[in-house]
Amino acid sequence: MLELANIRKAFNQGQHNEYWALKGIDLEIPPARVNVLKGPSGSGKTTLLTILGCLARPTEGRVRLKGEDISGLPERFLTEIRRSTFGFIFQQFNLVRGLSAIENIILPGYPTGTPRARLVERAEALLADMQLSHRRDAKVEWLSGGEQQRVAICRALINDPEILVADEPTANLDSKLSAEFLAILRRLAEAGRTVILTSHDPLVVESEVVDRVYSLRDGRLIEVVDTRRAWP
Amino acid sequence: MNRWIEKQRHLIDFTASSLARRKGKSLGLLVVYTLLVFVLASVSLYTHALRNEATRVLAGTPEIVLQRLIAGRHDLIPPGYIEKIGRVRGVQKIEGRLWGYYYDSVLKANYTFMVPNDRRIAEGEIVVGPALERSRGLAAGNGISFRAYSGELHTFIVSEVLAHESELVNADLVLMSEADFRRFFAYPEGHHTDIALWVANPQEVRNVGLKLINALPDSRPILREEVLRTYASIFDWREGMMLALLSAAILAFGIFAWEKAAGLSAEEKREIGILKAIGWETGDVIAMKFWEGFLVSLLAFLVGYVAAYVHVFHFEFSLFAPVLKGWAVLYPSFALTPQIDGLQVATLFVFSVLPYTAATLVPIWRAATTDPDTVMRS
Repeated sequence: MLELANIRKAFNQGQHNEYWALKGIDLEIPPARVNVLKGPSGSGKTTLLTILGCLARPTEGRVRLKGEDISGLPERFLTEIRRSTFGFIFQQFNLVRGLSAIENIILPGYPTGTPRARLVERAEALLADMQLSHRRDAKVEWLSGGEQQRVAICRALINDPEILVADEPTANLDSKLSAEFLAILRRLAEAGRTVILTSHDPLVVESEVVDRVYSLRDGRLIEVVDTRRAWP
Repeated sequence: MNRWIEKQRHLIDFTASSLARRKGKSLGLLVVYTLLVFVLASVSLYTHALRNEATRVLAGTPEIVLQRLIAGRHDLIPPGYIEKIGRVRGVQKIEGRLWGYYYDSVLKANYTFMVPNDRRIAEGEIVVGPALERSRGLAAGNGISFRAYSGELHTFIVSEVLAHESELVNADLVLMSEADFRRFFAYPEGHHTDIALWVANPQEVRNVGLKLINALPDSRPILREEVLRTYASIFDWREGMMLALLSAAILAFGIFAWEKAAGLSAEEKREIGILKAIGWETGDVIAMKFWEGFLVSLLAFLVGYVAAYVHVFHFEFSLFAPVLKGWAVLYPSFALTPQIDGLQVATLFVFSVLPYTAATLVPIWRAATTDPDTVMRS
């Protein structure tokens, strides 16, 4: 599904404070599985996730999506790929305050030019799936942490992406809500979506929902462990 | 194409909701902006209407007015001049006119006394302009006394008040019979104040003027087009004065608008980061901001212009009238004929909507081109 070959990423390149966050990563993300990038702070998880999700380009190396090299594409094409292939869930949820749940959910659909009625219809179906229909018109700042996260998941799914990317998704949730979130991920993976998340929360890393764990340290991939299901 | 339109509709929707979410900033800007457009549009609508009004009123006046000069000063036309002019080719009609100024110490204002050639006024009667009607409380049938320069008191009966439509030029007018006029001012018999000439062919007006100077070397012909030009330049000058006075306010608004438009709050920057991360292109963010600037300035322009229109044509320009009208002491009060000049609207639109829209785009460019991954790290 997604392959990285010798990925290196530098910040402030050529300056006195040059810093290499990733120092040569090779990995392959299989489709329809839950993948976790784990590692301590500064290990390069988030940087790797931004490269996997086409939010950033690597300094060196190749990113291949379904066999096609996308690392050299201009921003416009990369945005198009990001919009159609990836859905994002952020640590702070990053919902737009002042807008209702449903308005937040349909935001990624705006640049596609999809008629509003169709976007709303799709958003309502997603809200129903997340048992959140009753909060449809509530402003997002009035929602609880768990509700906000489910709205963020709905937003990530509005363009029907194949890959869901989540950065430390359980960092702001208690154990019960984390477990609920993992159950949602499992459903999504079983429905054929690929899930990639970063976490150092043992509840996530050791969860039976997770299929594969990639361990990072100091910008290097040190271990890959298949945890749950039998691989084809 | 449909997708593009749908996308712009989405962007406008989002922009409108963004503006609604930032009520304080949006409303403050809208009010100040509207006020500025209102002031500028009021001044330009008013001066434009005044110029047209003057042109309309002067349309029926003679092509040439001939004055006699002695030592460069205006003097009376002695008998025999009208007969001499009668021989100049191209002149269709000649009239000797009688008019003069009278200072009313009661109101501390000047009136224009005049003998009309196109109507007969009975001796002992006068017809007054609307300003006299207002300030002296006159109406048809009332009597009024004026003390002549000789010290004698003359009493007249008001037979009529002139129409308000042309008040711009007849506000302070007092029309009377020739006999009353000559008696009141002790005006020598056979003399006139000036001579009005009508020329059939407009192309000939200048030639007739030259012929008049040749025939009567002590005279000065004043052409109607010169009067019109003088009116226009007076109104232009007043408009310029007004705008100069307002320039500080315009500059202050410019700084205010620039700061509001150019400064992105942390909240706005965060939102742009989110939008980029969830799949908005740089172009989408810029288009969204363009709509924001355009909607605010367009709304301000429309509201300001309509308010200015109402102010000028329904409330008689009450806020700035004393500055722009200035007519001796007696201010004319009149409703202008409503009219809008396309070029004027376009100019105001270009100078109000475009700079603001552009100002919103400059800072957004920088914010919109930041990498979408920054939102991951915020």
